[in-house]
Amino acid sequence: MNTRTRDAGRAFASNRLAVIGLVTLVLIAVFCFIGPLLWRTEQVRTSLGDTFLPPGTGHPLGTDDLGRDVLGRLMLGGQISLIVGISAAVIATTIGALYGSIAGYAGGAVDSVMMRVVDAVISIPTLFLILFMAALVAPTVGALILAVALTSWLVPARLVRGEALTLRNLDFVSMVKVMGGGSTRAVTRHVLPNTVSTLVVNATFQIADAILIIATLSFLGLGPRPPAASWGGVLSNGLQYEYSGYWWLIYPAGIAIIITVVAINLVGDGLRDALSPRSAR
Amino acid sequence: MTRFVLRRTVQALAVLLIVSIVVFALMHVLPGGPARAILGPRATEAAIAAFNQANGFDLPLPEQYLRWLTNALHGDLGFSYKRNEAVASLLRQTVPRTLLLVGLGTLIAVVLAIPIGLIQGVRRNRPVDHVLTTITFTLYSMPAFWLGLLLVDIFAVRLGWLPPEAPSGGPLQMLSNPAGLVLPLLTLSLVTIASFSRYVRASTVEQLEQDYVRTARAKGLETGGVVRHHVLRNALSPVVTLLGLSLPWILGGSLVVEAVFNFPGTGFLFWNAAQGQDYPVMLGVVLVVGIGTVLGSLLADLGYALLDPRVRDQLSTT
Repeated sequence: MNTRTRDAGRAFASNRLAVIGLVTLVLIAVFCFIGPLLWRTEQVRTSLGDTFLPPGTGHPLGTDDLGRDVLGRLMLGGQISLIVGISAAVIATTIGALYGSIAGYAGGAVDSVMMRVVDAVISIPTLFLILFMAALVAPTVGALILAVALTSWLVPARLVRGEALTLRNLDFVSMVKVMGGGSTRAVTRHVLPNTVSTLVVNATFQIADAILIIATLSFLGLGPRPPAASWGGVLSNGLQYEYSGYWWLIYPAGIAIIITVVAINLVGDGLRDALSPRSAR
Repeated sequence: MTRFVLRRTVQALAVLLIVSIVVFALMHVLPGGPARAILGPRATEAAIAAFNQANGFDLPLPEQYLRWLTNALHGDLGFSYKRNEAVASLLRQTVPRTLLLVGLGTLIAVVLAIPIGLIQGVRRNRPVDHVLTTITFTLYSMPAFWLGLLLVDIFAVRLGWLPPEAPSGGPLQMLSNPAGLVLPLLTLSLVTIASFSRYVRASTVEQLEQDYVRTARAKGLETGGVVRHHVLRNALSPVVTLLGLSLPWILGGSLVVEAVFNFPGTGFLFWNAAQGQDYPVMLGVVLVVGIGTVLGSLLADLGYALLDPRVRDQLSTT
């Protein structure tokens, strides 16, 4: 571990809110991925004799319209929400980083054209594009990850391009050519590694955004199809019974989303402050 | 300044051109192309070939694009066979309503986010800041549809003060029934306030650390005076840019709000089209929304340049 990473780690650790966020995230991950091993529930077969049971012994958060245990369903739903969020953010960041570093390193006309394309796609609201794609293909989990990734690479592309523009004129990058290295080497070995902190911070926020977008898609009826459960799916399923007083179908899933997104945003803010000490918030 | 306006306008035109190419490309990634999308999955090959020939879809792509663009420029955005109505006519009915929702919602959000962000920035790390930050942070991390349904649950179902659905009719009819607009506007502006006030806070904090603030303080001006006379203007000019940048995001929020409240706007039209796979409508909406956003961010940039000469000079040289 080099000094910079250690300093950043120390700055992060001294940020109380960021640490709370991180601990919360770990707890949520444990709840979603280890929870089902301890709290075994039937989530595939329905039991129509046990529908809409209020919270009580046996079902701490009640049961849903098909008699499935809500607590167990939240664990499974969290798995999908987290997996989709993280995978989409990783893919989007990779595409964006490559695109942005190529544009920024090339500069000139190539850069202009590439960035105008970004401007154009970014002016079509993400939600409209994702709904378009979700209407095109069957909304499997894989397709949704791709749809979210294909609409969220634009911001990291812009960020990296901005940094690449500055970096390419710095001696240690411009010297690569002098020493006989190609553009590929300059981009992959020198430009990209120097944009990592920007990318990590952005990717964190993208996980949060992706979780919200997937939840919204479920609400709009174009999210992951059952039996796959996501928090948004549990929530929008419960919303059909909003006026029937089955609050346990609505509040736990909504609160799970909010707590997770708040925790991720806190970690993102903490990372940003730790990695760029001068940023004022 | 003229040079900057020209440059920025040419750039916006280039972006518009690419937006049109993107939408045209979307039309052709449809499974089986536009004919399949319009005629449905059970259409025979012969029917598709006939449709393609009749509508010029058998021409080379560049020629098709030019035709499509010419039609679009003349206001012909295709025909919705599902609704048996021209896409342009559907847009003419819905766009004014969405403009009303987005315009009023953004206005309310800006008017409220500025004082909230200023108070947070000036009273940084004091109890007021902590309370406001907690509220805005939670709102910011909440799915907008959930917030909308929560408000419906409280104000429409439990208290019965406000109707749970948006009014129908044109924008003027809607305005004559303001009670129905309250919850949609409240939902859209609460989400927007949450994101805007964070920027105003950051911008205020940054300005308060500048040398001119120390000078003004040294001259004996109180915090209130410094904020009113110096910080306010400098902290607010980024808000204009933020407005331009947030436009796609606000329009996305408007789609969700329209879906929650059955608000008959463009987002609602798009959502219904997405569920019924009514591709001509979807493409028309994407095109119009894209154009609107590009023009919006052009206006925001020009406005920002008017407010801040430094930006103007910087932009016209780069």
